[in-house]
Formats: sequence, structure tokens, C-alpha cells
Amino acid sequence: MSFVEYGDTIKDGDTAIVFLGHESMFPVKVQHGTVTQTKYGVIRHSTDLIGKKYGSKVTCSKGGWVFILHPTPELWTMNLPHRTQILYSTDISIITMMLELKPGSIVCESGTGSGSLSHALIRTVAPTGHLYTVEFHQQRAEKAREEFREHGVEHLVTVTNQDVCKNGFGVSNVADAVFLDIPSPWEAIGHAKSALKAEGGRICSFSPCIEQVQRTCLAMEEHGFTEINTLEILLRVYNVRTISLQIPDLGKASEDNSSIGFDSSNPSDEGSPCTNLQQGTVQFKSGVPLREMVGHTGYLTFATKSLF
Amino acid sequence: AMEADTRPGLRICEGDCAVLKRDDVFKAVPVLRRRKIIFEKQWFYLDNAIGHIYGTTFEVTSGGNLQPKQEMEEAATETKEAGTDNRNIVDDGKSQKLTHDDIKALKDKGIKGQEIVQQLIENSTTFRDKTEFAQDKYIKKKKKKYEAVITILRPSTRILSTMYYAREPGKINHLRYDTLAQMLTLGNIHAGNKMIVMETCAGLVLGAVMERMGGYGSIIQMYPGGGPVRAATSCFGFPKPFFNNLHEFPLSKVDSLLSGTFSTESLPSEPEDNALVEEESNGSIDDKQASLQETEEESTTETAMESNQTEEQETMDINAEDTGFKENQEKENKENVREKQRKQQERRKKLIETAALLREKNADGLIVASKFHPTPLLLSLLEFVAPSRPFVVYCQYKEPLLECYTKLRERGGVINLKLSETWLRSYQVLPDRSHPKLTMSGGGGYLLSGITVVLDKSKSDSSSLEALTMDEPSSKKRKVQDLHC
Repeated sequence: MSFVEYGDTIKDGDTAIVFLGHESMFPVKVQHGTVTQTKYGVIRHSTDLIGKKYGSKVTCSKGGWVFILHPTPELWTMNLPHRTQILYSTDISIITMMLELKPGSIVCESGTGSGSLSHALIRTVAPTGHLYTVEFHQQRAEKAREEFREHGVEHLVTVTNQDVCKNGFGVSNVADAVFLDIPSPWEAIGHAKSALKAEGGRICSFSPCIEQVQRTCLAMEEHGFTEINTLEILLRVYNVRTISLQIPDLGKASEDNSSIGFDSSNPSDEGSPCTNLQQGTVQFKSGVPLREMVGHTGYLTFATKSLF
Repeated sequence: AMEADTRPGLRICEGDCAVLKRDDVFKAVPVLRRRKIIFEKQWFYLDNAIGHIYGTTFEVTSGGNLQPKQEMEEAATETKEAGTDNRNIVDDGKSQKLTHDDIKALKDKGIKGQEIVQQLIENSTTFRDKTEFAQDKYIKKKKKKYEAVITILRPSTRILSTMYYAREPGKINHLRYDTLAQMLTLGNIHAGNKMIVMETCAGLVLGAVMERMGGYGSIIQMYPGGGPVRAATSCFGFPKPFFNNLHEFPLSKVDSLLSGTFSTESLPSEPEDNALVEEESNGSIDDKQASLQETEEESTTETAMESNQTEEQETMDINAEDTGFKENQEKENKENVREKQRKQQERRKKLIETAALLREKNADGLIVASKFHPTPLLLSLLEFVAPSRPFVVYCQYKEPLLECYTKLRERGGVINLKLSETWLRSYQVLPDRSHPKLTMSGGGGYLLSGITVVLDKSKSDSSSLEALTMDEPSSKKRKVQDLHC
């Protein structure tokens, strides 16, 4: 396995995702002789994992079972050890499309942070593209390098430990796209411009506060960027539920119930609303929004480096 | 150094697919010499654009020629004079001293848009009393109207999906571009994949998947009817090799393939050789076929489509003239018969190959975005997908996905099912005038995504595992219901 290439069977050294249930999973480094504890009991790597197919059900020592999944950048994003606040897949997807990334693209990123976006970028630009990522925090930079090695993608990424606002990306005139997720992106716009190819490219900056966005937009304009566009993307997740609503008793005689217009003739049809007049309820399927949802992650400002 | 740069795709070439951009409006066109283009009420020829770098902005000069626009020498508005509020500005309809005829005369003289705007400002009696912000807004509005600048861009998923959503949302089942972006990410689309794509979005989703795979790996497109529609795919201008590993398989043969009774003896009726023609003529943009199908199938008239009808018409007519097809038709008839047989033979061979690819049942993902009910598609097509791979289904409506969710749970073999939607909000960001834009899109469709796992043939208890952990405690559930009653 690697994060840029699917494999069928679990091998020694792989990073696999142990799936216990909805929103309950964790990554595991597969190693001969190692055991992993779950709430369903122990998983023995040598016998339970290595050589098995990805997507298999694995029975743990207490009789409970889990699924072992092939890693993807999206699963990694949900499970990675946080060293910083991270970007999630909803933002990542629009960033990737609006930066026009594809196999072969050269991308600059700063900061590396916990590597959530980095993995997604590497996945998209592989096998011929490259990611230059800059992280000013030495420990985080080192940790990111280590992860990229473990995930079999180190040949696709260069991690540089420096301050992007002072020293830039360490490359010039090579990038098709630049992404910034730093506190003062306006200080890095000039460096971003020189990192991008002479004939142009795309840029994106992520900021939680509108004041940051304003300064960034001004800096982009001053540096001649065009198509400056700020947007925000929100994810709404729905729980699929069967809901029953009670029919109010308006005092009508029970034999009159058939005339109120509900179709009770076909209660086995699951797809359509179904009534049970005996109990006085109507059942239907609904996509119920979560009680709480993420209302704001950050503003995404995109722009184009044009020829001038 | 720029002159010597001959990297492929860098410069606008004859025969390319390009996208014209004016403000926020896009239009995909083939780059051809001596071909009149009508875009945003302007007509011009692309001849002069050939050889320039993609991203160049052009001005339309008299005679429909394009001239690269020089960096704007901002007509330094002399000592800025502005009012503080509008208490004394009265709308008497007489603030502009230039009449309609005056303006038309200026235009007819071939005076540059920039100068017309300047004249409008000078002849506006209220301009000086407007606030600085209002002056800005006035200039912007006039520039938009009189300065005809067009940027020529290289096509991309970003541009084409934005263009389709704005111009012809009906052709792509109202799939908004941010929803498409989610699909590509949720589906882990990348180089080397073996993907199954079932779409009726004019080939836009297929094109997006092809772009992300960069010619590495393979794609099997499942199609309804006589052949796949790839009008939007051809707008991407993919290089020929990208089509080497693009396969197609008729939906009507899926059941027989799954039950083991598949044979090529009863091929579906020969497509009105649209699919193949489309594929071969990759590079020329032709919405002809798609728009024809659209009008045949649905009578829903998209306003965006209607307003462009005349443009499309023009493009089609000129295209027909260019090829001068009619005259040689009789002579070619005989050859055509032989050609058709050869093509049918080839098609059969390809079909057998594609069937074999599907039978391996090891696809790396499934993408569905169609006008059909998603449930039967999912229940059948998931059979071809390997375990531990993502799948994503798009639907314009939420209700069919609710049913699909339930049926997938019953079937088992899938985990991490998620029904979602994204909202997209645009902002105006200007000093002291930042706010969300007035309007946002009301609907960009819904997604149901998940991951396949090894299907337990004895019992579909994969669903019970998740149902157990996923269902909220009943007290909590009650509250949710109460809230929404």
C-alpha cells in the first residue's frame, strides 16, 4: 500500500485504518509480532492482519470484530494525530479543484501543519508532480517528513523548515499553484508570486478572520493577481431516520378516518410515507440535519497570477 | 525567453479547445481560423489569438480582431473629488449630458471603451457629488459595459464545471461545481485508479475524473441508451493517449454480465455513431449532440440555454460549412458501409474487453451522477468494486438517496455511509465594504458516499455493527424529532 497507490492485501509496514463503527476508527502501523488493543479485544498483526485483504472483517480476541481499511488521504484526515488545527476534506476538495491540481502539478504549501492537506495534495499530483511544503516549526517539519516516509510518498514531497514570510518557498518559477494557511498570508504573497511559473498559476489563501482576508486581497491586488475571489464552503450532513408523526384527534368518528386522505392501503411500501391509522401515526423517511454543524472553518481566497 | 518556450499547452494553438472569459461568464470554443465567434453580444475572430500564451487578455477592436491588452495605464483620475453622502443627489434622469445617440456615435467611430467611460464620467453632473465608493461602483459598471476585454483560458474542471453550472445546469442535473469537487475527493480519484463512472452530465463528470487521473489507470464509463454523451468531455481538450484506457459499457448489459449470461450476440442497437465520432473528434467542441438530445428528452427550457441558442446555432452552421460534407456524401456512402462494419467489429471487440475488465470485480471506485434513480444503479454496479474502496453517488434530490441509503444498509458490504450537501457562499471583499454576496445558489445537489467492505455472504451484519454505533440513544433521537416537528 501507499497513499498514492491501492494495494489488495495488508503488508508488514503498512498504515491501515481500523474501523470500529461510524466516526470510530484509528490508524495502525502494521508490524509483525505487534498487537493492537480495541474495545472488542486484541488484534494480532501477524495472524489477524498481514496477508489479509483490505476491507476484511477481523475478529478480535473478545469475539467482536472490526474492518481493516486501506488508507486514503480522507481517512487519514479523520484519524491523524493533530499537531495543529487541520483542514478537513470539504475545504480540501474545493481547494484542489479551484487550484486546478492534477497529476504532474507542482504545488507550494505553507504551513505544513499536521499534513492533512499535504496528503491530499500529494495524492492528486502523483506520480509526476511534486509538493514543496514549508513549515517554520522544526518539530512539526520533522514529524511531517517522518510520516511521508512511512506512507510511501517521500519522493513526491520536499519539506523545508523555514519562515515562508521571510524566506519564501525555496523555489522560484516552478509552481502551478500555491496554498497558504498561515496567520499573516499577506506577508507571503510576494513569495508566492515568485514561486509560481512565469506564465502564471493559481493561488489560495485560507484564513478564519475577515480582517486577514481583506489584507490578503489587498496584497494580491498590489502584486497583480487577478480573478480574486473569496468564498466559503459549508458541509451539511444528514442522518437518515424513519420518523413517525402522530395524527391529531380532532374528534371525528373512527369510521370517518378513511376519508382524511392518507393512503393506508400499502403499508409495506417502505419508500413512501405510510400511515398506521390504528396507532394514529404517519411514518416517513427523512434526512435530519445534525443538531450541531460546523458553521465556519475559514474563508478561502483564490486568485490567478496573470501574465502581467 | 518566452518566445522560445514551446511547452505543450502553453500557447493557444489552432484546433485547441479554449475557454473565453469576460467577467464571470465563460464559453468554451474551438480555436479555428476565420471563424466568427459570438460571445456576450460581441463578435470577433480568434485568428490573432493564436500563438499567444493562455491567460492573455484581449481587446476586441473594430472588424472583430483581437488585440492583446496592454497593462492598464490607469487614467489617473485627477485630484479626487467626492461627496460624503447622497442627501443632495436627485434622480431627475438628466445627470448624463451625453445622449444615447452621442454614445452610439462614439462607438461607431471606433473609440476605445476606456475613452468612452472617461467621457461618460466627464459628462455626468452628479459624479463629483457621489461618494468615493459610489464613484468606484459607477466606473466599474461602465467599464463592464463599454470595455470589451476577453481573456482566453485553457479549459479545466474548475472552469468547465463553473461554466456548465451557470449556462446549462439542466444538462448536468444541477450538479454544482463544489459538489463535483466533493465527489472527486470523496472518491479518492487519482492516477492509477481503475474507476467506474456512470453519469448523464454531458460527460462533465467523466472529464473531471479523467483530469484527476492524468491518463494513468483506466476508466469504464457505463452508459444508458445507444452510447455515452461526451460533449463536455471534449471541451477539456485531453491529449489522445487519455482515451486509450477509456472504456464504455452499456447499462442494459449489466444484468446479463452479473448473471453470467452476457454475450455480444445481442449487442444493443448501434449507436447513431455519436459516441465514437465524439471520441475521434476529440478536440473540437460540439454541443450539438448534447443539446439535441436534451431538447428531445426534456421540454424543460433552461433560461441560460435559451439565451445562448442563437450563438449555438451560428456555431453549428459555420461548422457544417467548414467541413463541406454534403457534396462528397454520395461518393462516401459505399465506403461508409464498409467503415461501419469495421467499426461494429471493433466495437464488439472493445465490448468483450470491457466486460472482462468488469468481471474482475476489482474496480477502485464508483462514481454515479445521473438523472436515473440511484438505488438500482448502486445495487448492481457496486458488485464490480473491490473491497475497501470509496463510492460516491450524486442526486439532484435528497429523497432517492434516503431510499438508496436504506437499501445499501440492507444489502451490507458498505460502511461509513454519509448523506451530505455543501453550501457555497461568495464574498465581496473591499476595504470597508466586505460582506457576503447578495445571492447564493439554492441547490447544488446531494451526495451519498461510503466505503465498500468484503460482503459477508451469510448475513449482512456489517450494517448491524454500524447501526449499533451510529444510532443515537433514543432520548437524543426524540429531541431531534421534537426540534424538527
